[in-house]
Amino acid sequence: MQKLINLPIDTVAESLQGLELAHEKILRVSHKSRFVYRADAPVHGKVAIVSGSGSGHEPLNVGYVGRGMLDAACLGDVFTSPTPMQYLAATEMVEGGAGVLYVVKNHTGGVLNMEIAMEMAAEREIMVKTVLVNDDVAVDDAANRRGLGAAIFVEKIAGAAAERGYTLNQVQAVAKRSSTQCRSMGVALTSCILPNLGRPTFDLPADEMEIGVGIHGERGRQRIPSTSADQVVELLLEPIMADLEVRAGDRMLVMVSGLGGTPQQELYIVYRHLHKLLTMRGVTIEQQLIGNYITSLEMAGCAVTLMRVDAELLELWNAPVHTPTLWW
Amino acid sequence: MLVMVHIMNSEISASCIERWLLVFAERILEKKDYLTDLDAAIGDGDHGLNMARGVERLRERLGSKLVAAGRPLNAGLAAATEPADAETNIGVLLRTVAMTLISGVGGAAGALYGSFFLNAAKEAASLLKNGADPQRNISIAEFSQVLRSGLEGLKQRGKAGLDEKTMIDAFEPAIDALQDSIEQGEDATAAFTAACQAAEKGMQKTIGMQALKGRASYLGPRSIGHQDPGATSTFYLFEAARKAFA
Ligand SMILES: Nc1ncnc2c1ncn2[C@@H]1O[C@H](COP(=O)(O)OP(=O)(O)OP(=O)(O)O)[C@@H](O)[C@H]1O
Ligand SMILES: [Mg+2]
Repeated sequence: MQKLINLPIDTVAESLQGLELAHEKILRVSHKSRFVYRADAPVHGKVAIVSGSGSGHEPLNVGYVGRGMLDAACLGDVFTSPTPMQYLAATEMVEGGAGVLYVVKNHTGGVLNMEIAMEMAAEREIMVKTVLVNDDVAVDDAANRRGLGAAIFVEKIAGAAAERGYTLNQVQAVAKRSSTQCRSMGVALTSCILPNLGRPTFDLPADEMEIGVGIHGERGRQRIPSTSADQVVELLLEPIMADLEVRAGDRMLVMVSGLGGTPQQELYIVYRHLHKLLTMRGVTIEQQLIGNYITSLEMAGCAVTLMRVDAELLELWNAPVHTPTLWW
Repeated sequence: MLVMVHIMNSEISASCIERWLLVFAERILEKKDYLTDLDAAIGDGDHGLNMARGVERLRERLGSKLVAAGRPLNAGLAAATEPADAETNIGVLLRTVAMTLISGVGGAAGALYGSFFLNAAKEAASLLKNGADPQRNISIAEFSQVLRSGLEGLKQRGKAGLDEKTMIDAFEPAIDALQDSIEQGEDATAAFTAACQAAEKGMQKTIGMQALKGRASYLGPRSIGHQDPGATSTFYLFEAARKAFA
């Protein structure tokens, strides 16, 4: 498989250069510390929302920087969480006097580097709080669940709350509440190729699928013979519904995110069946995102995320947002 | 004469530690693809890349300092057991190593190895600050104490212990073996050889374990049958220690 890159080692830097040129009204890039931040940062008196991850998941998180969502997003090497120094530099850049909320996707590298960053920020007397995103029901042990698509919902809602003038404690509370209402599960039809490696991370025969994958090209929970889109939807949705204890009358945000290598056409086929199953169960879909929102390089497959909302969460979700990827 | 040799052989200087890390760096760069393959099997295939990035930064920091201090890399054991030069206090050196890894690597490995060296640095600094000469060499018993503190820092940061299929499964037996050997009055050669062997055995034991921490834990029982990449890089750390200190 070919990639549209120049030198493999320049992949992350050159992608950031392009992002900055494409969205100069919305964001800026610190090329030295490798983070993206709001063009108008710091916003005085507003709680700043900071996130980060390895690269290769675009548009996560860099595509969610802008008014109404993230103040800054740090970017590591491909699939490698950013360093504490990157978080610290981003924090100092966007902190506007009302404190900072870190959105932490649960996995060892992400959590540990942010923890160290928080300790350093505390030494500099910057107030930092965190919200943990851990929505992947493919991991049995609930405490160990990976963060997946819920990051987008949590970042949007926290960003809207901050924009409305919520205090740091209030932003953290509403972000935590959103996080507990999210569940996800993903499926891979192919592996993906790290630019610096040039070959797939794992072998997946053409007639098999990996159920329960994360977004780092790691293998999933279970390998099954290839099956139809409708059946895959059922395999993904059932554990989500059970774990979230979905009941008739629940109001949901729904996301079907391609993992990078699946056409939009197929994502709509997924959504079609998802919509049918949810409607049959008496669930109201308040809004849906169908497209590449959280990816794993060119991996084929998708991840389904559900978030149960109440009036406050829905209002914050619907509040204006102005980022390269979400805009309303 | 015999006593002299014994003392020389059982003291650790700052430049000796630098040499240890440079040997480690070389080994990691040689084994980069292998570490990455191990991580591709049960993780996300970046451990070799992460470690290589880290040790390259270390080489930039340490290599230049060594050369500047007039100590070429191949200066051998004599140079390595010379007393540390004026600027290189062992605590400061270990702290530089920690900060280089914390700021230059990312991922789980950067934070964990970084925490190891940061806690080791704190222990070394407190050992040295009470004495008359903060630039002094330390005994191998003190060095083992420094490594032990590093391990405690790593375990605390990772909230992990033995038998969870992580680098701790190589670190802990290695440091136990080092300490046992020193307490039994064995010399540096014996002690670091024992540590290296214990790290290797610990690394091999991870093959049979199910991962309970880190990215490999997501695989559940499917993680069994694969050697942990972090335990493997840790084995190289103790292999380098045997070469540098024994
Ligand atoms: N909680 C932990 N405690 C100790 N060691 C751990 C822990 N979690 C993972 N490890 C070690 O880290 C190694 C993986 O390091 P690696 O450099 O591949 O980071 P990573 O997990 O891919 O990081 P990221 O999650 O940011 O992508 C594992 O092989 C294991 O030895
Ligand atoms: Mg890895």
